[in-house]
Amino acid sequence: MFVDILAFNVQANIFQYLNIHKYRIHKMPLNKKIGLFIPCYVDQFYPNVGIATLELLEKLGCQVSYPMGQTCCGQPMANAGYEWDTIGTTKHFLKTFLDYDYIVAPSGSCVLHIKDHAPAIPGMEKEQESLHQKIFELTEFLTDILKVETLHGSFPHRVGFHASCHGHRGLRLGSCSERNEPFYSKGKQLLEQLDGLEWVELTRTDECCGFGGTFAVTEEALSVQMGKDRLEDHLTHGVEILTGGDISCIMHLEGIAKRNQQPLEFMHIAEILNQAIS
Amino acid sequence: MSHPTKASEFLQDAAKAKWHDETLWFVRDKRDNISKTIPEWEELRELASQIKDNVLANLETYLVEFEKNAKANNIHVHWAKNAEEHNQIVLGILQNHQCKAIVKSKSILTEECHLNPFLENNGIEVVDTDLGERIVQFLNQPPSHIVLPAIHLKKRDISELFHEKLQTEKGNEDPTYLTHAARIHLREKFLGAKVAITGVNFGVAETGEFVVCTNEGNADMGVHLADVHIACMGIEKIIPRRKDLGIFLRLLARSATGQPITNYNSHFRSPAPGKEIHIVLVDNGRTEQLGREKFKNSLKCIRCGACMNTCPIYRRSGGYSYGSVVPGPIGSILSPGLDVKKYSTLPFASTLCGSCTDVCPVKINIHEQLYEWRQEITKAQGTNTKSISMKIANGIFAVPFAYKITGAMMRGALKILPDSITYSGLNIWGKQRDLPETPKETFKDWYKKNRK
Repeated sequence: MFVDILAFNVQANIFQYLNIHKYRIHKMPLNKKIGLFIPCYVDQFYPNVGIATLELLEKLGCQVSYPMGQTCCGQPMANAGYEWDTIGTTKHFLKTFLDYDYIVAPSGSCVLHIKDHAPAIPGMEKEQESLHQKIFELTEFLTDILKVETLHGSFPHRVGFHASCHGHRGLRLGSCSERNEPFYSKGKQLLEQLDGLEWVELTRTDECCGFGGTFAVTEEALSVQMGKDRLEDHLTHGVEILTGGDISCIMHLEGIAKRNQQPLEFMHIAEILNQAIS
Repeated sequence: MSHPTKASEFLQDAAKAKWHDETLWFVRDKRDNISKTIPEWEELRELASQIKDNVLANLETYLVEFEKNAKANNIHVHWAKNAEEHNQIVLGILQNHQCKAIVKSKSILTEECHLNPFLENNGIEVVDTDLGERIVQFLNQPPSHIVLPAIHLKKRDISELFHEKLQTEKGNEDPTYLTHAARIHLREKFLGAKVAITGVNFGVAETGEFVVCTNEGNADMGVHLADVHIACMGIEKIIPRRKDLGIFLRLLARSATGQPITNYNSHFRSPAPGKEIHIVLVDNGRTEQLGREKFKNSLKCIRCGACMNTCPIYRRSGGYSYGSVVPGPIGSILSPGLDVKKYSTLPFASTLCGSCTDVCPVKINIHEQLYEWRQEITKAQGTNTKSISMKIANGIFAVPFAYKITGAMMRGALKILPDSITYSGLNIWGKQRDLPETPKETFKDWYKKNRK
């Protein structure tokens, strides 16, 4: 199997063709260091999503390292109204990832937080600005920076995509149903490259699942109802595997589906892509 | 009562909650479809947003211009600092005309000022002439939605209500029949009212005229039959030029109900011979909101209600769950400005999904303001249990070692604890959801073994 990528839009002259195992890939320019940012709940509860993200990026020729000192981006506190209490966390994050050319995370929500809501750190404004330019959610890094256009792999399943709000409307990873704009979806763009994958159209293409961080607990009844409604949309359209770019939303949906013994499987998009092309 | 409590009460009747969600989704869907027939839709939103920015930056100038031109058109202009002054001004005009019964078309401002009970306590009969508003008035309820006041009620509820109030046939739920009954009832009230009150959708500074938009023509019917027209207008409803209406009227009805335009867009410029027009310009906290840098552009709102129709929370919790005059996302950023303590749970009644911001015809960054209100509210609340736990959390995340230890304890606890504890009442997450399976090791542990 091959992984062809029209990699990297700059410095094309320093691309190198490599043969690593069975893959023919473009290698990222050697001077580009990618820092892997694994959100705290992924580290603690979904290590497989972290592993899939790392392996996927490596298969695509990237030099990735995971800075061991990383903790959390501060989002849970900030969204609960305690942004002012996250200066320590933000400063730590900034220092941890200072030296990387790119920072990639399998979570739109955490990336959005870093870009939009992390409090300003006095004296580090320049570093912070530069961080905002070089941090990417995984799918947008694949489509916009690596410019992945032809993934070779097969995933013969009916897949429903949950467009998590923070990635979708915050990072604009896809066209939003409220806006008058041409259709696009970075998730779909990647998934449709896999043989046999059937992209399932939903009735409400980008409705919130009701996770919302602390909302899931403070507004428990609403949160669960919203999750149930999302699941119903996927189930009535015959989805086998529900995927998305944020495992937090998926954790919530999976929790409800399991409790109600609903026949759905759940995977992060990194897990699908990594599994399919290996 | 807090939003979560009222929301879970609303969800008790699962079938009705589902119907409420689907009904409002239908309206949003109509709005999506019609907005996509206008190629320049996003440009219109941008223009409307910029015009409103300009208005807010020059509010004083436009208001003075509006007053000057309205007076030149023989309109009486009154200024009200707050709800009390507004109500007194209206009462004074009614007393001058020995008026004991008025008709009123939809005005969220008069809801905000609680005009109806005030006038009723002063011996004046108030009849809301918008059909939905008349329905909730019969029930002694406030509107549950700013555009669709009785959207929380089903045909059967209205049939029962009209049987009781208007003596319609018991069990007849035919909308045409019920509307006809309301029409006959309201006609009588229209004919008897010497004064008609309306709201204002747009006040035009350059001409001193104002525009009232309705679908039922009830504002016009009331005004044309009465001797005196009192228009109640929030000071933020000003627009600079008449030609700006070309932008706002195209956006308003499409955003509100998915119609190309409201059925009646009536321009009031000067009174007919022998008649009077009064306009009451109301502040009631608006200049204070204008002074809040992060929240001032909530005043751009044109009250279309699209953020309610799109909000996954509003659709599943109903207008009353907010306990504020203006419910839904826009209400949740306006209300804390009036009383931060009373409305402290509203900015948290959101997942910050951002749909409200994308649907807003004047591009108010609603979900960002919800986030900002959260920051203000926690500061105002000072040290409580939650803020202490957040401080601890920040301590944990700022120190890698502390994070590692806490994470291990958390995962360890989940493994050891029996389901009876994990899923007990104390664990709100686990009430209706399973927890993820606890992995053997963290990503960090795996990485150390496999990559270093």
